[in-house]
Amino acid sequence: MQWESWSAFWNMGGAAYFVWGSYGVTFALMALELVLVLRRRKDTITRLLRWRRAVGKDSARGSAKEGGTPVPAMESET
Amino acid sequence: MNSPERSRSLFRFAAPHNFYPLAGRLAPWFATAALVLTVAGLWLGFFVAPTDATQGEVYRVIFIHVPAAWMSMFVYLVMAFWSAVGLVMNTRLSFIMSQALAPTGAMFCFVALWTGALWGKPTWGAYWVWDARLTSQLLLLFLYFGFIALTRAIEDPRRADRAGAIIALVGAVNVPIIYFSVQWWNTLHQGASVSLNKAPSMATTMLLGMLVMAIAAWMYTIAVVLWRARSMILERERHTEWVGAVLEREAQGGRA
Repeated sequence: MQWESWSAFWNMGGAAYFVWGSYGVTFALMALELVLVLRRRKDTITRLLRWRRAVGKDSARGSAKEGGTPVPAMESET
Repeated sequence: MNSPERSRSLFRFAAPHNFYPLAGRLAPWFATAALVLTVAGLWLGFFVAPTDATQGEVYRVIFIHVPAAWMSMFVYLVMAFWSAVGLVMNTRLSFIMSQALAPTGAMFCFVALWTGALWGKPTWGAYWVWDARLTSQLLLLFLYFGFIALTRAIEDPRRADRAGAIIALVGAVNVPIIYFSVQWWNTLHQGASVSLNKAPSMATTMLLGMLVMAIAAWMYTIAVVLWRARSMILERERHTEWVGAVLEREAQGGRA
């Protein structure tokens, strides 16, 4: 064990600002990325379901470039 | 076309409708491994590894700084690899992988710069210096941003894929420049602590903590990239029947 007490641990030999500033920002960014990735999945599914209902299941299957009834443009990705 | 030999081969996972469920099954395992290894790595880094004789405690930034810097370079090389595969073989999944990797690579690149700045201040007396290592790493961050901005700005996915692939390939030249910058130029940044041809210049427990954290970063990256790629696949394959079936299952609250 490297530390005499928890307060010594949090103090990091006086380098608390630099050490915890590094770890804090890193884990915050990773958590943010996870939230964004999971939210993107939800958003994608909701948006595609709405799009399928809007165009009808059969024309959703065909490609937009085949002519005939044009498939409505997708809402832009975020 | 679907002979047994063919469907058993690994290459069938190059097809988005095979890759999608595989990615969904694998990602939670990689995420769990990332969590376990991060806890182990932090324990090694904070409670087992000794205080550094010259730097004191601030050196403990190394346990994220080095893994993040490695990831930022490696992810870019993997992006370039998938871009090359996509350009040569014209496989849709390759471009998706390359674009799914970019945000995570950019995140680790920023983390490497951020933790480097916080480490530089107490050890060098400056958050930032324009030395070769730092400048080329900053360029890597801009390459990531450029790749992400370009692939999102072009509406036609095929053109976006190709334009992005070219940035990824051209920018890959920067990665060896970053890696060897500490040897080629006289930099403030220290040389590699770990290399293939000499014994590591650090205590074993420090090295072990750093390696465990590096593998954790790997596992995290794989999990996040697989999840992101799944959304991108649904988006791109939305005209297909199998995506229709996946969406219907999701609408009924099922798992795909």
